[in-house]
Amino acid sequence: MSHSRTGVKTLEPDSLNVSGTRAARRSLAERLLIGIAVAYAALLLVGPLDAMGWNAFAGGAGEFFKQVTSPDAISALKLTLLIAAASTAINTVFGLSVAWLLVRDKPFPGRGIVNSLVDLPFAVSPVIAGFMLILLFGRSGWLAPVADRLGIKVVFALPGMLLATIFVSLPFVIREVMPVWIQVGTEQEHAAYTMGASHLQTFWHVTLPAIKWGLLYGVSLSFARAVGEIGAVLVVSGNVSGMTETATLFVYRSLDDRNYVGAFAMALILAVASFLILALMEWLNKRPEIKR
Amino acid sequence: MSAGSARLGGASTSLGPAAAAAGRWGLRLTALCYLGFMIVLPLSAVIASGFKEGLSAFWRDIVDPTAFGAIKLTIWMALIVAAANALMGTITAYVMVRYDFPGKRILNGLIDLPFAIPTLVTGVMLVALYGPQRTLGAWLTAHGMQIIFATPGIILALLLVTYPFVIRTVQPVLMEVEKGQEEAAFTLGASGWTTFVRVVLPALARAIVTGSLLTFARALGEFGSVVVVAGNIPGRTLTAPVFIYSQIESQSLRSASAMSIFLLAVSFCLIMLIEWLQGRKRKSYVAQ
Repeated sequence: MSHSRTGVKTLEPDSLNVSGTRAARRSLAERLLIGIAVAYAALLLVGPLDAMGWNAFAGGAGEFFKQVTSPDAISALKLTLLIAAASTAINTVFGLSVAWLLVRDKPFPGRGIVNSLVDLPFAVSPVIAGFMLILLFGRSGWLAPVADRLGIKVVFALPGMLLATIFVSLPFVIREVMPVWIQVGTEQEHAAYTMGASHLQTFWHVTLPAIKWGLLYGVSLSFARAVGEIGAVLVVSGNVSGMTETATLFVYRSLDDRNYVGAFAMALILAVASFLILALMEWLNKRPEIKR
Repeated sequence: MSAGSARLGGASTSLGPAAAAAGRWGLRLTALCYLGFMIVLPLSAVIASGFKEGLSAFWRDIVDPTAFGAIKLTIWMALIVAAANALMGTITAYVMVRYDFPGKRILNGLIDLPFAIPTLVTGVMLVALYGPQRTLGAWLTAHGMQIIFATPGIILALLLVTYPFVIRTVQPVLMEVEKGQEEAAFTLGASGWTTFVRVVLPALARAIVTGSLLTFARALGEFGSVVVVAGNIPGRTLTAPVFIYSQIESQSLRSASAMSIFLLAVSFCLIMLIEWLQGRKRKSYVAQ
C-alpha cells in the first residue's frame, strides 16, 4: 500500500500541470467517496454499537454490575468459557491431524473431497448444525442407542452444545494452519528425522514452533466463534437457565423476558471480549510468518 | 515409535518404520473419523430425514405457504443485501486502497469488527438503537418507519453481518491493479469516472461478484442477528433459518429437514460457483 502511495505523490505535480481544474475536481470526488465510506460505516456500525453501550448503562453502573453478576449471568459466562475452551481444544488437536493429512501426508484418492468437507461448516446455517445433532441423537436418531448405552444425554444437555460448537468452529484451525504449514516447507522436518528425532519429537520441536503463529490465529478465531455462537447452541440446549444457558443464550432469554438492561449488559461483555480477541488477532497478523 | 532406535541397530530398522507406518495410519484414521463423525454423519442424517417419506412429501414441505414464504423472503433479503454490499463494499475498498485520510486506521479496524462480534450481539445492537422502546426507534415508529420486527431490521442486520465480505475480497485485487494504468487513462484525458468504469471496474468485476456471492450465501443462513430483530411473523418476517428453528420447536422435524436440505443445496451451488470464480487460488491450499 505504501508503494502506491508514493506513486501518487510523485505524480501529483504532473497532473497539476496538465490541468489544475481536473485535479481540483478529483479531490472533490475523492472527498465525496471518503465521506460516503466513512458515513456508511458510522451509521451501520458505530451508531448501533454506541446505542448498546449507552443502554447497558442506562440504569447506572450499579445496575450493570448487578445484572452481570447475577447467579444466572455468572453461570452462563462460566458455561460459555467451558464450552469455548473445550471445543477449541478439540478442534485444535483434531484439526492438526486433518491439516497434516492434507499438507504432509502422501496424496490419496479423495483428498479434494476431504479438503472441501473441511469448509462445509462455513456453508451450513448454524441452526441446521444444531438440528443435525437433534436428528442424530434425539428420539429414534441413529446414534441415540449408542448414547443411551453409554448413559450420556446429548440433546438438551452439555454434550450436544459442545458438539454443536465444535461443528460451527471446525474449519478455523485447519484453514489457518494449512497455508503456514505449506509455506514452512519440509526441509527442517527432514533434517530433524535424519538427525534421529522421532516423529513426535520433530512435531513438538520443529513443526509446532514453525506453525505456531498460524495456529494461534486459528485458535483465537475458533475461540471467538465458539463464544459467540447462538443458533446451533439454541437448538440443542433446551434452554434451562443456569443449567444449559450460555452467555449468548442468556442474552436471548433476557430479550424475551424484556430484561433489556440484562441483555444489553451481557451483550456488551460479549462485544468487549470479541474486541479483545480481534486486537489479539491484529497483533498476530503483524507477525511476518502469517502475512497474507 | 522412536526413529532413533531405527538408526542404531540392524534389528530395529524393521521395527522403526513399521511403528512409524502404524503412527501414520493412526493419524490418518483420526483425521478421517473426526471429519466423518462431525460432518458426514450429521449431514447424512438430515438428508435421510428430509427424504424419509419420499420426494413428493419433501416437495409438499417446501411449497407449503409458510415455508415458501420464508424462502421467498430470505432470497429477497439476501439479494438486496448482496446488491447493497456490491456498491458500498466497492466504494469502501476503493477509498481504503487509493486514498489517505484521517481515521483510516480506525475504519480499517471497523471493517473487521463484524467478523469478531457475535451475530446475536449484532442483533442486540440494532434493538438498542431502533427498538420500539428506544428514543430513535420510537421516533421512527411514530413517523411510520418501523425497523425492528420488520424487513428493514432484517436488512440492517444482514448488512452489518456481511459488511466486510465485498470490501475484503475487492481490496487485495484493487491493490494489484496497476495504479499506473489508472494514471495513464487519466492523463490521456479520461475523466475520473470514465477511468473507473473502463479501467478499474473490469479488473474488479470478478472480485465484486465473488464478494456479493459470499454475502448472499451468508445472508441465506444467518440466524443469530435476524432472530432477534425480525419478529419472526410467518409469511412476513420469518426467514428460512428461523423457520427451521420454529419447526424444530413444534416437533415438525421432517419439514425442518426439507428446508435444511433446500438451504444446504443452494449453499453448495453457491460455494462451487465461488470456488470456480476464485480459480486456482483456493487449490494452492492442497497442492504442495
